[in-house]
Amino acid sequence: MKKLQQFKESYFLYSFKRDKVAISSFVVLAIFLILAITAPWISPMDPYDAASIDLMDSEIPPMWMEDGSSQFPLGTDNMGRDMLSTMFYGLRTSIIIGVGAVAIQGFIGVVLGLMAGYMGKKTDAIIMRIADIQFSFPYLMMAILMSAIFQVVFGLGSFERLAVPLLTIIIGLSNWPMFARTIRASVIGEKNKEYVEAARVIGLPKWSIMFRHILPNSLTSVMVISTIQVANAVMSEAALSFLGLGMPVSRPSLGSLIRAGQEFFFSGSWWITVFPGLWLVLFVLVINLLGDWLRDVLNPKLYKG
Amino acid sequence: MFAFIFRRILQAVVVMLVISLAVFAIKNQFGDPVRDLVGERVTPEERAQIAEKMGLNDPFFTQYGRFVRDAVTKGDLGRSFLYNKPNTEVIIAHAPATIELVFGTALIIIVISLPLGIYCALWPRRLLSRFTMSFSTLGVSMPVFLTAILLIYLFAVHWQVLPSYGRGKTVDLFGMGYWHTGLLTIDGIRHLILPCVSLSTLMLPLFIRLIRSEMMEVMETEYIKYAWAKGLSPARVWLVHAFKNTLLPVITVFGVQIGIMFAFTLLTELVFQWPGMGFMFLEAVNRADLSLLIAYMVVVAALFVFVNTVVDILYGFINPTVRITGSK
Repeated sequence: MKKLQQFKESYFLYSFKRDKVAISSFVVLAIFLILAITAPWISPMDPYDAASIDLMDSEIPPMWMEDGSSQFPLGTDNMGRDMLSTMFYGLRTSIIIGVGAVAIQGFIGVVLGLMAGYMGKKTDAIIMRIADIQFSFPYLMMAILMSAIFQVVFGLGSFERLAVPLLTIIIGLSNWPMFARTIRASVIGEKNKEYVEAARVIGLPKWSIMFRHILPNSLTSVMVISTIQVANAVMSEAALSFLGLGMPVSRPSLGSLIRAGQEFFFSGSWWITVFPGLWLVLFVLVINLLGDWLRDVLNPKLYKG
Repeated sequence: MFAFIFRRILQAVVVMLVISLAVFAIKNQFGDPVRDLVGERVTPEERAQIAEKMGLNDPFFTQYGRFVRDAVTKGDLGRSFLYNKPNTEVIIAHAPATIELVFGTALIIIVISLPLGIYCALWPRRLLSRFTMSFSTLGVSMPVFLTAILLIYLFAVHWQVLPSYGRGKTVDLFGMGYWHTGLLTIDGIRHLILPCVSLSTLMLPLFIRLIRSEMMEVMETEYIKYAWAKGLSPARVWLVHAFKNTLLPVITVFGVQIGIMFAFTLLTELVFQWPGMGFMFLEAVNRADLSLLIAYMVVVAALFVFVNTVVDILYGFINPTVRITGSK
């Protein structure tokens, strides 16, 4: 109860209520999340279920156009799948991969960043040198190369079977230095404060000081980057899938839907590309807007532009 | 300074060695150099003979040593099964298309982001500035390939004013057969427009925001106030005093972003069927040409390490603190 009261009086909630962009982005994001979670129950049909798909239904336009049918509100794709359902399922896959990847990035980055910041010296030098080196390669390039190697070495079949966990791991591994750097910077600011010294004097072990005392005080910056990183991870997934190095077309994610629709776009079936595309842009846009807002509220010092 | 440069180069060499070791391990484990050379229609005995002759039965580090030596001294990165040519040749043949794409994009970014960024910094409340800033958030959220598809639809399919794929007419630069350029023919430039524009939408928001915020910061400094007090003309204060000092961070970021752009060329090249290195890479993935893939990775890694080292060293010249913190 006390926590709730605290939250109600906080500056955080106050500035949220005053910012129309933040409120509307939050609402849209919440709708997206609900749609993604409930996709199996609210979708008109199951795009994974081969029995319910009829090739005769392929490339039906949205229902407000001529030849459209109310059975498929946003039309169907080239394989006869209902666009609306594939978009729900695609969003779900994209979110699972995006959030999972950020969890991996965050875990690696936080652990290594804490170690580098708190232990200093050799540990710091080694970890940050590795992070610097990986940082000098664009993360998208890393992800592309990793999945390309995997696909060529183990074959397309096993790649498609393992696509979701594999993409999560690949995107997670490709972008951890961002977290490590941020955490390290804030740990270095924290570690000479009195409460840490007190903990050290009591004789607490190093790990407990790092994770239970310093980490909670460095979490704001993690929150700010996490939001932006989810948007980045979803974009990376879409890019990989579009290149044919991510989700296979038979298992929709937003990127693979756009890839599938691309060849039909110019022959008139624009809805196969445009709807998932808008869906993706809107989703990433609200996350970015929320991330910008979070950054302004939680960390005014970071704010630039 | 000399020690700094030396350490930076040493670090680059170590990084390249680590990358090449990792990459070679994959190649050694999963590659099939015999197939790359003679194809699949050979008897097992002949295969064994060729393998022995190529030294494929030697210990791992002997082979790795040979791989590095060949790569450094002869520029030999193995053979492509797909093109039936040495990998280096294949990559060199595809490089110009990608380089011209990046060049054109960089040009668009410079021409648009500089004036717009300065404008947004000087008059942040004006309509155009606000419009630019909100548009830039949208631009960041727009995937490159979607922009590319929409541009093709509008300009190539709907209005039919620009070509949609390929490089168009190219001419042989220097007459040596290495560099076919599209920059010298009207057709080639017309083909460049859409890919470059779609690639630049990715970076434009970032640069406009960066220039804007740097410029705004500089406009608050004492020496700008002093320049106003001296009665200099606005144009002189803005462009000579303020703008010049915003350029340093912008140039640094530009160097890094060019590298990132290189990764995104893969997406544009796929949509526009642009015969560059990215397109070649995707083809190698589809046809499981591991040897070419590995060669591509080595070249890309070398490129990034080289660019980063040069940027760091240049930065060391400009900004002494980098040198000092680097040397401990």
